[in-house]
Amino acid sequence: MKLNGKHFKLSEPVSILNFIKDKNYNADRVAVEVNGKIVPKTEFEKTTLKDDDEVEIVCFVGGG
Amino acid sequence: MISVFVNGEREEVSGNTLFSAFPPKENTVMILNGFQVNEDFPIKENDEIHIIEKGVFPPEKQLEAMMSARHTPKVHKVLKKSKVAVAGLGGLGSNIAVSLARMGVGKLFLVDFDIVEPSNLNRQSYYIKHIGMPKTDALKTQIEEINPFIEVSVKNVKVTEDNVFELFNGFDVICEAFDNPVDKAMLVNSVMLNMPKTKIVSASGMAGYDSANNIKTEKRMRNLYVCGDFETGADFGTGLMPPRVLVCAGHQANMILRLLLGQNEP
Repeated sequence: MKLNGKHFKLSEPVSILNFIKDKNYNADRVAVEVNGKIVPKTEFEKTTLKDDDEVEIVCFVGGG
Repeated sequence: MISVFVNGEREEVSGNTLFSAFPPKENTVMILNGFQVNEDFPIKENDEIHIIEKGVFPPEKQLEAMMSARHTPKVHKVLKKSKVAVAGLGGLGSNIAVSLARMGVGKLFLVDFDIVEPSNLNRQSYYIKHIGMPKTDALKTQIEEINPFIEVSVKNVKVTEDNVFELFNGFDVICEAFDNPVDKAMLVNSVMLNMPKTKIVSASGMAGYDSANNIKTEKRMRNLYVCGDFETGADFGTGLMPPRVLVCAGHQANMILRLLLGQNEP
């Protein structure tokens, strides 16, 4: 799949929630877009990422 | 006779150089077509001349004409009718709001729930006299002292998923300037989900004193712009210092300016 514009090998379909956990991101601190559509946090568990998806993840850190 | 604009009003003048038409006086500054001049220059039809008395606050029309000369009339006109909302009035938001006010953005909406406290003074646009005041009111007061002719509205409220639409619908650009990463993600997600056409300028990663050159602006997804180094969060041993916070605030304010002027690339 494409992750933030770069190729990324996804070995098997995985939920957004587990994908985020594997990447050490926190689900409360990200914005996720799959194939051009924003996915709300409440859908992270039931949305499955596949190898032909285009995924964009923005992770926020604190400070302002 | 040459017909020129003097402090925004059309005037016929004799003499074909600036100083022959307007002999320089002590205590004045002359601006010819947006550029401050200290020596004589030829003048022609429709030149814009501003003669500013030092140390005196001008009336609205004259201030508008000066701002217009400074930023070019086209830019000034667009900014004057723009509406920008700033969510969070800390190190980023307070400085961004002041920057937008100085540029003459016509309508500002400032939102925060907190009061000014002493530790804010290290990087936020507040003074000792503001301690204990709601940040919204403290900032509104300051902006009135910078440009009293722009419209500032404020709301002293905590932004949540439930009030994002009600608060921010209808603005040209929303500026996310929160401190807490969960709040940042909440606002950005809510705007992208519920106001998909609205542009949002956000920030992530500006703590510490790493190189200021690592702070940049990126366009992400459809209408999201993120400024920062994307990794340096405020943490134990990594405080929020004014230089990088101000660099990041400058990135955000500049991206907002670019969006208002129709430039969609970072």
